[in-house]
Amino acid sequence: MNDHPDSNAAPKLARRTLLKGAAAAGGALAFPFVHAQEKITLRYLGTAVNQDKAIAEKFKADTGIEIQYIPVTTDDVTKRAVTAPNSFDLIDTEYFSLKKILPTGNLLGIDTKRIKNADKITPLFTKGEVGGKKVGDQGTAPKKVMYVASPTAKDFAKEPTQFMTLIPTVYNADTLGIRPDLIKRPIESWKELLNPEFKGKTAILNIPSIGIMDAAMVVEAMGIYKYPDKGNMTKKEIDLTIKTLIEAKKAGQFRALWKDFNESVNLMASGEVVIQSMWSPAVTAVRTKGIACTFQPLKEGYRAWAAGFGVPKTVSGKKADAVYEFINWFLDGWAGAYLNRQGYYSAVLETAKAKMEAYEWAYWMEGKAATQDIKSPNGDLLAKAGSVRDGGSYETRMGGIACWNAIMDENAYMVQKWNEFVAA
Amino acid sequence: MKAPATLQATPFALVFLLFLVLPLVLVGVVSFWRASDYELIPAFTLQNYVDVFNATTARTYLSTLKFCVLVWAVTLLLGFAVAYFLAFHVKSVGAQTLLFILCTVPFWTSNVIRMISWVPLLGRNGLVNQGLQALNIIDSPIEWLLFSDFSVVLAFVHLYTMFMIVPIFNSMMRIDRALIEAARDGGATGWQTVWNVVVPLSRTGIVIGSIFVITIVMGDFVTIGVMGGQQIASVGKIIQVQTSYLQFPMAAANAVILLAVTLMMIWGLTRLVDIRKEL
Repeated sequence: MNDHPDSNAAPKLARRTLLKGAAAAGGALAFPFVHAQEKITLRYLGTAVNQDKAIAEKFKADTGIEIQYIPVTTDDVTKRAVTAPNSFDLIDTEYFSLKKILPTGNLLGIDTKRIKNADKITPLFTKGEVGGKKVGDQGTAPKKVMYVASPTAKDFAKEPTQFMTLIPTVYNADTLGIRPDLIKRPIESWKELLNPEFKGKTAILNIPSIGIMDAAMVVEAMGIYKYPDKGNMTKKEIDLTIKTLIEAKKAGQFRALWKDFNESVNLMASGEVVIQSMWSPAVTAVRTKGIACTFQPLKEGYRAWAAGFGVPKTVSGKKADAVYEFINWFLDGWAGAYLNRQGYYSAVLETAKAKMEAYEWAYWMEGKAATQDIKSPNGDLLAKAGSVRDGGSYETRMGGIACWNAIMDENAYMVQKWNEFVAA
Repeated sequence: MKAPATLQATPFALVFLLFLVLPLVLVGVVSFWRASDYELIPAFTLQNYVDVFNATTARTYLSTLKFCVLVWAVTLLLGFAVAYFLAFHVKSVGAQTLLFILCTVPFWTSNVIRMISWVPLLGRNGLVNQGLQALNIIDSPIEWLLFSDFSVVLAFVHLYTMFMIVPIFNSMMRIDRALIEAARDGGATGWQTVWNVVVPLSRTGIVIGSIFVITIVMGDFVTIGVMGGQQIASVGKIIQVQTSYLQFPMAAANAVILLAVTLMMIWGLTRLVDIRKEL
């Protein structure tokens, strides 16, 4: 509905006027009856990182529908989806959590016929391709869990169908963050994380399912072992990976483990740590403090993650319509451009491009040098004119995916072993 | 007409039943269940308890107990000293109140912020290390100031000494001052008075304070996590990780054991003093 010419003027109008206008515009809108209703509020369950105030405000200005954010941790999103499916109307969760959520029957497959831009969703999700080339699919690659045969199906469909489990919102590829000013030499491989040169100055992520994959990247890079699937290890492989971690820990390799986004920023900014597992926005956060920090591309590739919107089975009627309207709105470009400017990637690139300036697109997506200063959506300076984004273009970065965040079949065993590592 | 005592106690008993006893019973029940990745399966299995008893758990309990003893000893010493000063050396009630409020200042900010603010103080490039280096006392930064057993104990002491001060102070204020004068008249030195008069008469406060500190430290995982750089295990952390991976039966079994251990410690303490009689 953003195509409607009124939508650009919408934020300036009072809501009442907007509703009248919207009602008058009638047939031009996808779901006009939603607007006739007094006040619909959607409870949006997800992690705080994705829940931007500006997005909720813009959506409300455009449609009159209120978004109420419920920010919890990644693990808690899954926990609530499994244990309390009627506590939210819309879920924003990672693809790897689907293996736990879908079998409960708490999610409904999303009808792609009702999603305007469904066929424009990047082939990374639908086929596992970037720029026509296959990328690594170890772990829970989205294409493996993207489709279900019917809205109420409890297992995944192997082939594309009309029903999607989640509609992708944001995704990115993670790698190591480094302090180039303190390391003073090029870093090219994951194995540097356990290099004794950085003894007492490294950190790894203390979220077992993700931390173990970072560790696996290191183990492979060190040439100790080559995993058939890092995202689904056997007990033996888990033992080997944890053993490597424990040895490093006992030798004093790690300064700390971190679990919270802010902890990682703190460790890096204070110089306690010079090389660690890191997330892209955390690197940005360190940089906005004026401290050199690089999201270092490595030759073994990236560990990717992706999140998407799911619809719980408990929503129906007008609420369900509003949920669909929000998802449609989200894919329509404004939100996508907003996310791209934060360093994430959006699901439908084409619509996001239309809402970005050409120089922004060139910097964020094409890996070209910035022709003018690059600013974040809220106006902070992120990169000076002339600088190039870490990891280069979309195709170079996302094309370099080695594996995806995952939940293993041996998850319980893995968690137990991870606890051993923490206690060692 | 006066309601009978049992009726008067009913509302509170119901609250306890609903919010304490019932959840605990549920935890106990679930600890015998099984779980898959996404559902709980009612069953009766001892597997969870069998799985809990391994070297990691033992090491984790030992580490938690170590912190418990260290923190208890330090907070007891500090808490006793502060309470003693407040009760016997500060004469006016106004000044006592003021100093008491001062003791609560650390609680005016959130727990996590208080802990995180140790980093710029104790870190490798922190104030302490920079200060010592500037004074040429050390050549390279002291690493064990942060993310170590030391920093964990420091944070605990900073956070929980207050829980020791309040009950001990309370007990001390009830001591009949004539007893102290009598001790002095009888020729006791200052230390003798403290040891033979003040300490025995404050033991209720000491035991209550100890119960506070021990239960908090046994169950804590946030402080140990943040101050230990997440590299030090705690029982609470294990339970938290298990619940976040939906392994509720394992977490419940762990919780039951933790509860049993903590209750035994408290039981031991209450054997020393009959709190109900003393209050």
